[in-house]
Amino acid sequence: MSSVESTPAGATTVRKTALNAVHRQMGAKMVDFNGWEMPVEYPASIGGGIINEHMAVRTGVGMFDVSHMGDIRLVGPEALAAVQHISMNDASRLAVGQAQYSALLYPQATFVDDVIVHRLGEEEYLLVINAGTREKDFSWVRGNTRQFDCDVEDLSDAFTQIAIQGPKGVDVLQKLTDADLSAVKFYWLTRGTVCGLRNILIARTGYTAEDGFEIYIPADEATSARVWYEILAAGKEFELVPCGLGARNTLRLEGKLPLYGHEISDTISVWEAGLDRFCKMEKSEFVGRDALVKAKAESVKRTLVGLEMVERGIARDGYKVLDSSRREIGYVTSGSPAPFLKKNIALAYVPPELSEVGTALKVEIRGQGVGAKVVPTPFYKRPKKV
Amino acid sequence: MPYPTDRKYTKSHEWIQANGKSATVGITDHAQEALGDIVFVELPKVGTELAVGKPFGTVESVKAVSDLFTPASGKVTEINGELATSPEKVNKDAHSAWMIKIALSDPKQLDGLLSAADYEKFVAEEGGH
Repeated sequence: MSSVESTPAGATTVRKTALNAVHRQMGAKMVDFNGWEMPVEYPASIGGGIINEHMAVRTGVGMFDVSHMGDIRLVGPEALAAVQHISMNDASRLAVGQAQYSALLYPQATFVDDVIVHRLGEEEYLLVINAGTREKDFSWVRGNTRQFDCDVEDLSDAFTQIAIQGPKGVDVLQKLTDADLSAVKFYWLTRGTVCGLRNILIARTGYTAEDGFEIYIPADEATSARVWYEILAAGKEFELVPCGLGARNTLRLEGKLPLYGHEISDTISVWEAGLDRFCKMEKSEFVGRDALVKAKAESVKRTLVGLEMVERGIARDGYKVLDSSRREIGYVTSGSPAPFLKKNIALAYVPPELSEVGTALKVEIRGQGVGAKVVPTPFYKRPKKV
Repeated sequence: MPYPTDRKYTKSHEWIQANGKSATVGITDHAQEALGDIVFVELPKVGTELAVGKPFGTVESVKAVSDLFTPASGKVTEINGELATSPEKVNKDAHSAWMIKIALSDPKQLDGLLSAADYEKFVAEEGGH
């Protein structure tokens, strides 16, 4: 169960997932992430460290506690209409058991949050949302769906969410469930018995640009810990590594998966972020659509590009991007060494005229303009299965 | 890991090993542990005059950027060029993966730094690993 611990007056509260004690027992380095105390990496003695954890997911399998993510359930005769009204992708295309990437928009077409919409039943949808925006998202969803005949429930504290990611994730999870995972395609979901727990939601989703699964189990500490250790034991023969938020960030960055507050936010529009393919303008109505139509006609002033450092240096979040004459033209939204690609990469907002692949730019690092170039994205694409 | 007693330590987690007027500088095992996988070390040019307490370089892990602080004033006489291509050596053995050598302008400055035992105590009190 996610708990809120009260701290002395004036101090902010720190939230913990039901697996907090497990992470500590395993020696994880804990950090504050949007008010949540989460593991950033595990010790090298158990195969951890951001680079090892990242490589495990790319080449084998890793597991993550992602219980800080929030969950909103919409259920009722008008659940689909409600989801269609508040999200930019077309949920009417979802079969029962299917999921899609989408986003909640403000009327001005900037982001409330990005979400994964799961269709759990004929009239039942689950939105998985970001940790840092839980309360904001829930009140926004509730406030914008009152006119529909459906119930909106915040299930965020009901689940411990564990992600099992990497090409061998399927082998690990198959040992622990009676569900036939080979029948579950990417971005589909099923239900099955997992570690003896019946009717567990199993989704073939993730935030690593790799194959993998996310399971939603009851959030009590004992069950959460038992399942965590059972996955760890089942993964032993596949050299499964527990992974923290450090690897989660570098994995998602290689795959150009947006992070709220970085590539998308309440001041960035869908067109700027380049998420056009998840935005279905053929839908007659959804919050933000009118502003999107208007913005499309005006053309964007900045666009998200991938950068690769060509000179020695690491671009970091917030660093300035300069043109070849050192004029400030944009900023880095996320930057890091890419452990699998072994390059220093970044995502950045720059003017469209400087967004062509191959354009030479600079990133300002400690007062110096360090050479970079625009490269195709995503930086990493997982190999297709034969 | 025990902290070698043949050198002094700073509260900003550098070590300095003096031999007469010359000294070798690196970061501590605690520092490398706190940083995680080190991927980048930026060091000053040979001949640079360093002032005690001022930054002399940068060390970056996958996740973090951290300044390196000068434990005692002096002129840089040598840098460990190996760290440009193999920064992970600092993770493997921080107490032998030195960063710079300096000609000390005032060796007495080392008297004010922490002994191995004091540093270990300092790290423990700081809530370190």
